[in-house]
Amino acid sequence: MKKLISCIAITGLLAGCVQPIPPEALQFQGDTLANRQIQARKYEIKSEKELLGASSSVLQDMGFNLDESNTTLGLIVASKSRDATDGGQIAGAILLGVLFGAAAVNYDSKQTIRASLVTKPASTNNPIDVTVNTKNGKQIKFDQPVPEGKGYVVRVTFQRLVWNQRGVLTKIEGINDADIYQEFYEKLSKSIFLQAQNVE
Amino acid sequence: MLNKRIAFRASLFAIALSTALLTGCQTMKERVLDSSADGQTSVELRAIQSRSFDTTDKQKTMRTVIATLQDLGFVVDKADLDLGSVSATKLNGYALRMTVTVRPGASGKNMIVRANAQYNSKPVTDPKPYQDFFVSLQKSLFLTANNVD
Repeated sequence: MKKLISCIAITGLLAGCVQPIPPEALQFQGDTLANRQIQARKYEIKSEKELLGASSSVLQDMGFNLDESNTTLGLIVASKSRDATDGGQIAGAILLGVLFGAAAVNYDSKQTIRASLVTKPASTNNPIDVTVNTKNGKQIKFDQPVPEGKGYVVRVTFQRLVWNQRGVLTKIEGINDADIYQEFYEKLSKSIFLQAQNVE
Repeated sequence: MLNKRIAFRASLFAIALSTALLTGCQTMKERVLDSSADGQTSVELRAIQSRSFDTTDKQKTMRTVIATLQDLGFVVDKADLDLGSVSATKLNGYALRMTVTVRPGASGKNMIVRANAQYNSKPVTDPKPYQDFFVSLQKSLFLTANNVD
């Protein structure tokens, strides 16, 4: 009977390859606004192209290669491949290897880091809310965000894919470390300044 | 002896069942064309994946689509203003890939936004995730998403 149950369970696993999409995947969450604030900065700069230029220089400084760009939409996509080994994890792997043999050893070895940087004209955070009555008595409500006319907002997002030493994909995740974004924008501020001063 | 026989029969039954279920999956042709995706017709699928927005500004709509995708944790893969397409990937223990296209509606007064998603290696055909996406998008666009006739 036990065997029968296990056989059916295995059959179920084999056949039931359907995994539902997590319900929160495409919904705004409580941390959406906080993430936006971590990942975005406003720059008082006149030209969007200039901002994109400074941004691509920073990405290049950080060793990224540009994959894709679209200046009319204010987009730069870049990526790089890097080592993913971590001292602590290796130490743990050695311990596991001693205890359970080499087959139990797995550690992160390589990673690809992807970044997409998007610029857009700055708009006020408080959209104006106006209700207008037209001649024929129709009420029209406007609640559009108003372009500020000065400055652009940059938002960069990073994600990474990690492979272990056997070449198996072990981690796919977004990078949401506030320090990383902080440092990125410090670099970008410098780059904008240097570009404005025409320093090569 | 009897136990062994039962066990043998059970495993034979399991093999037969899994073979039947596996073959019941999909052929290569169906996978390439996604022709049997939950028995949906392409008309139904388009209705689920498309919404109309009362705006004529293609570039602004696309920029808002990109901003919404970033809000939802996506990293943009590519975008093309002429074609009106944006592709982006969200990695969060799973891989969710979306392509969103923006094109002017027939009336010339609206924009049709169509999204299609792939979750790991499966097409997303359930209406709910698309509803969620358009709710998020309309919050960013400050416009109401209307069903496409």
